[in-house]
Amino acid sequence: MTSKDHVAPGDSGEPILASGHDMVSITDKISSLVLARGASRGWYLGAGVAFALVLLLLVSLSYLLLKGVGIWGLNNRVAWGFAIINFVWWIGIGHAGTLISAILLLLKQQWRTSINRFAEAVAVFAVICAGIFPVIHLGRPWLAHWLLPYPNTMGLWPQFRSPLVWDVFAVATYASVSTVFWYVGLVPDLATLRDRATRRWPKMVYGFLCMGWRGATHHWDRYETAYLLLAGLITPLVVSVHSVIAFDFAVSVVPGWHTTIFPVYFVIGAAFSGFAMVLTIAIPVRAIYGLEDFITIRHIENLAKMLLCTGLILSYGYLMEIFIAWYGSNGFEQFMIRNRMTGPYAPAYWSLISCNVLIPQLLWSQRIRRNTRFLLAIALVVNIGMWLERFIIVVTSLHRDYLPANWDMYVPTFWDWSTYAGTIGLFVLLLFLFIRFMPVISIFEMRTLVEQAGEEDSKTPDEAQP
Amino acid sequence: MRARREPRPQWYGCLAEFESADELLAAVKAARAANYSLMEAYTPHPIEKVSDELAHKNHLPLIVLIGGAVGALTGFCLQYYTAAISYPLNVGGKPLNSWPSFIVVTFEMTILFAAMAAVLGMFALNRLPQPYHPVFHAPNFELASRNRYFLLIKSRDSNYDPVKTPELLRTLTTLSVVDLPF
Repeated sequence: MTSKDHVAPGDSGEPILASGHDMVSITDKISSLVLARGASRGWYLGAGVAFALVLLLLVSLSYLLLKGVGIWGLNNRVAWGFAIINFVWWIGIGHAGTLISAILLLLKQQWRTSINRFAEAVAVFAVICAGIFPVIHLGRPWLAHWLLPYPNTMGLWPQFRSPLVWDVFAVATYASVSTVFWYVGLVPDLATLRDRATRRWPKMVYGFLCMGWRGATHHWDRYETAYLLLAGLITPLVVSVHSVIAFDFAVSVVPGWHTTIFPVYFVIGAAFSGFAMVLTIAIPVRAIYGLEDFITIRHIENLAKMLLCTGLILSYGYLMEIFIAWYGSNGFEQFMIRNRMTGPYAPAYWSLISCNVLIPQLLWSQRIRRNTRFLLAIALVVNIGMWLERFIIVVTSLHRDYLPANWDMYVPTFWDWSTYAGTIGLFVLLLFLFIRFMPVISIFEMRTLVEQAGEEDSKTPDEAQP
Repeated sequence: MRARREPRPQWYGCLAEFESADELLAAVKAARAANYSLMEAYTPHPIEKVSDELAHKNHLPLIVLIGGAVGALTGFCLQYYTAAISYPLNVGGKPLNSWPSFIVVTFEMTILFAAMAAVLGMFALNRLPQPYHPVFHAPNFELASRNRYFLLIKSRDSNYDPVKTPELLRTLTTLSVVDLPF
């Protein structure tokens, strides 16, 4: 059942799957990336660099356990440094993965099919990196289990009126649910890999991981229900998680943090950074693994449009922050904005505005949206911009608040940077392993797409004629 | 293992292979017309029409609803118990049962329990993990995850006949029809 160009009604006409593909070619192409291609020299090089950074992370964490959080640039004034910045940054990156996968599924956006697996992987790996930071920031990370409610000999419980405890529940739930969502999505594809594998070990490992999936109709029926329900559950979850992270800030009385716009502003920022990260990964993988037929220019352009759209909403958030500070006539709020724009961290603030507000405006041009190199550069700029945004939010509000006698500067140390670089290494290493050992595109959903398109073709033979 | 009263039939069932989803659907309809009911289809992707013909009522949504309700209750009761009963602490003059601040954790627990109910419920109802199943014996069954469609009529079906059932299936497909050992 060979497909024609897959164009849903009302679309601009760009295919979401190049023509000439059928179930066989899709299945064989994607599974051969894992089973037949093997690891190239480039793969070893990339994974090796990433692994070196993971070692750096381990060294940094060991030194931290030995010495304490004093090895970072923290001081009495700025007690939330890189750890919180990086935590929020990573969680935000993870969110778009889930949003792309779940919301687009609920909205029946078929173009999501070839990028959702990536996006979910990005989510899971980003949450792993994010989860490290609040724990190592505790001061005594070996007592992290005190965050959990369990009957203990001290007779104590977590304080459930604190957003910091909400955060524990929100992030733990998010990590668990996005992991199972990813795994459930993988099960039929792991079965496909088991069936395609010719050697004993891959057959056994994929056979083990797919739990004996055999594509029975009763199974598919419950599977689809479960997947749809998960998508429905995970969508409000994503929104809630970043809102809760915003509450960590907004519930305090620090100038610049104590605002009602924060939850929305954080959720949109998360989506913005996540779309950027998905583009950052999709563009090179698509080129290196020759997946242009499956991740077409239409996907790339749609992501670019989403990036522009969320970027505009975020710009509105920045504008509102400034407007409310002025309109609210609170001297401390006004000072905070002035300090951001002209104070010692002004270069970071203006870089953030360039990265997140000005440069993404280039995406209005279709030529730029379709130029993958240019788009990759913009996506990287946005990733940096979103990191700077969290830096500005955390540091400029804390370093100069109500009492000038308390003012101080936050200067990151080597260990701040090494821990951050280490988590980037961990993220990249996990991605390399994922690309090497798991199907990067959902094979069974692509098969469904082809089959449905085939049915439509056979129903309306007149329209299928050129 | 349960003791069986009747001797076990020789075959688990009869499995036919099809080229396309349409052929499979036609075969399912033909088999139903011949009064077979204990059937299972194996397909590379979900097919709604086959599912409509074959699948029983799906109880998963109810399980998820119950999971969510249990999660909400667990979340709220946990917080009520810790904040109002086990360790009452006056925070800023708020009432001990300051329920608005308990909403977030209640919500997260609802989602967590509902999602886990969806996943574990789906696997449990599907009787997975199941490393061994008789259909894995069938020739070409590895193509069920590529481009072939299979229909199984189980020997437990009251109409099953070791001779007639394969004959019926042979009239429906040009590809293989095999008896599956257990």
